[in-house]
Amino acid sequence: MNKHKLLKSANNVRKSIMDMAYTAQSAHAGGSLSCVDILTVLYFSIMKINPQKPLDPTRDRLIFSKAHDCKALYAVLAEKSFFNSEKLNTYEMDGGLPGHSTRNIVPGIEASAGSLGHGLSIATGIAYAKKLDKKSQKVFAILSDGECDEGSTWEAILFAGHHKLDNLIAIVDYNKLQAYGRISEVLELEPFADKWKAFGWEVREVDGHNIDGIESILINLPFRKGKPSVLLAHTIKGYLGVKKYVDQVSSQYKPPTEEEYEKVLGGMK
Amino acid sequence: MRIAFVNTLHKLAAKNPNIILITGDLGFSVFENYIREFPRQFLNAGVAEQNMTGIAAGMAMEGKIPLIYSIVPFVTMRNFEQIRNDICYQGLNVKIVGVGAGYSYGMYGHTHYGLEDMGILRTIPGITIIAPGDPVETELATIAALKTRGPVYIRLGKAGEPLVHKIRPKFEIGKGIVITEGKDIMLLACGTMLPVALEVSDILKNKYSAKVVSMHTIKPIDDVLIKNLSRKMKGIFTLEEHAAIGGLGSAVAEVLAENCLNVVFKRFGTPDHFSKVSGKQKYMREQNGLSAKIIAGEIVKKIN
Repeated sequence: MNKHKLLKSANNVRKSIMDMAYTAQSAHAGGSLSCVDILTVLYFSIMKINPQKPLDPTRDRLIFSKAHDCKALYAVLAEKSFFNSEKLNTYEMDGGLPGHSTRNIVPGIEASAGSLGHGLSIATGIAYAKKLDKKSQKVFAILSDGECDEGSTWEAILFAGHHKLDNLIAIVDYNKLQAYGRISEVLELEPFADKWKAFGWEVREVDGHNIDGIESILINLPFRKGKPSVLLAHTIKGYLGVKKYVDQVSSQYKPPTEEEYEKVLGGMK
Repeated sequence: MRIAFVNTLHKLAAKNPNIILITGDLGFSVFENYIREFPRQFLNAGVAEQNMTGIAAGMAMEGKIPLIYSIVPFVTMRNFEQIRNDICYQGLNVKIVGVGAGYSYGMYGHTHYGLEDMGILRTIPGITIIAPGDPVETELATIAALKTRGPVYIRLGKAGEPLVHKIRPKFEIGKGIVITEGKDIMLLACGTMLPVALEVSDILKNKYSAKVVSMHTIKPIDDVLIKNLSRKMKGIFTLEEHAAIGGLGSAVAEVLAENCLNVVFKRFGTPDHFSKVSGKQKYMREQNGLSAKIIAGEIVKKIN
């Protein structure tokens, strides 16, 4: 797809995330921003989906396991016209969009999540069912790097490798920061790619903010026939298209200040 | 009970290709015929119950009807959060089958006992909990569970449970089955304690005539039956091979208390401490106050 259009969509999504974070004075802006380019490429270029028919059985599925960063998912779904973007104004408001994405709360959300380490199993179950029924749709799972601490994530990785689910694509938003510290300080994941390979997955790595790079890798799926695919997307927590307000543990928690908000939105115009 | 379960599932799976039995690496010598006939409808997920539960949720999203199977603690406690979030929160059509209720795995020790499962699962909105009282109820419960859309937990004993029903009773989820009529006391039993309740009734027959009821469904509890049949009784007693906290006894107590039914009442369940001993099921029941003789004695004391 036209790179300029993808970038424009990604920037709209970033702006929506900052609006939500600022209005709701919400946490988790950093991890929402780190996966914007990945989601934008998926929803605007790779996935077979139709916002007019959100439950079309022939759609590709996306399970958003890092549901605490659902501002990104809500924003991209609104940008893709799954629902009216005014709904974003209700984020974390009473009776509005919940702070962890919830199934069917708005069109386009496939699974409720929030507790880490659940999403890959659900995606794997969908992929297994698709194989049983000889259906060709793809199943994407967006994981955080922090949730790769969870044993259940590795149970799913082991299972998908064993069953050769090449209709399953995991994408790790590898921003190297988890809730209370750097991955390397809390629980080192490296050699991360080797771990996935050892479990029978075909691995690719990419700069998670290089839209062309992400698209050119995901356009050819599976990475290898007979193996599940994983894309380790090296990202920057809090990435806004410019390297401001980024790569800090605090971006997991602290809502943007007025100054940051103005500066960022000013930079985006 | 597990033979009754798998034989019933065998028949149902033949009619419905969406039924998929998923095991956490258990079922040796039980599932072989099923696997031979329905290889596509069987999956061994390995010793990974959390993933097994998430996988079942994903399959249910695609219209499959998965049943996840393991020993009670591994299929209800290890994966409790997956049951809550992935299955029940999303209202998915997954059945959970636990084998080894109470002390069925007696010699294996506490890790393998199923004593807290009903208590924890009962707190989750939208789940149905069934503990069939004999092989016939197991068959009927399996059929009923698969007719029901949504999460159902079926709590089974293991092997060799006695037959209580000589003829097939009418079985409805949420409706207790009166096994014997009686006017003095009512024994409400579930699962593996149903035959024990009949033994208790027999021991007490010269003192009290006991109405024995199979309360096979713990959630939703049959509050109509409790309300209608409790009045005029000298005492109501619940029997379950489960902690006295949280299961059938608690569910019945809630109904009695909230309806101001002032009646002598006692729960017979496992005590609030870990056993220091292990042994066969009968021995463990005796050690933990769940033999027919002990229960009968306690009932007499309670009424007097």
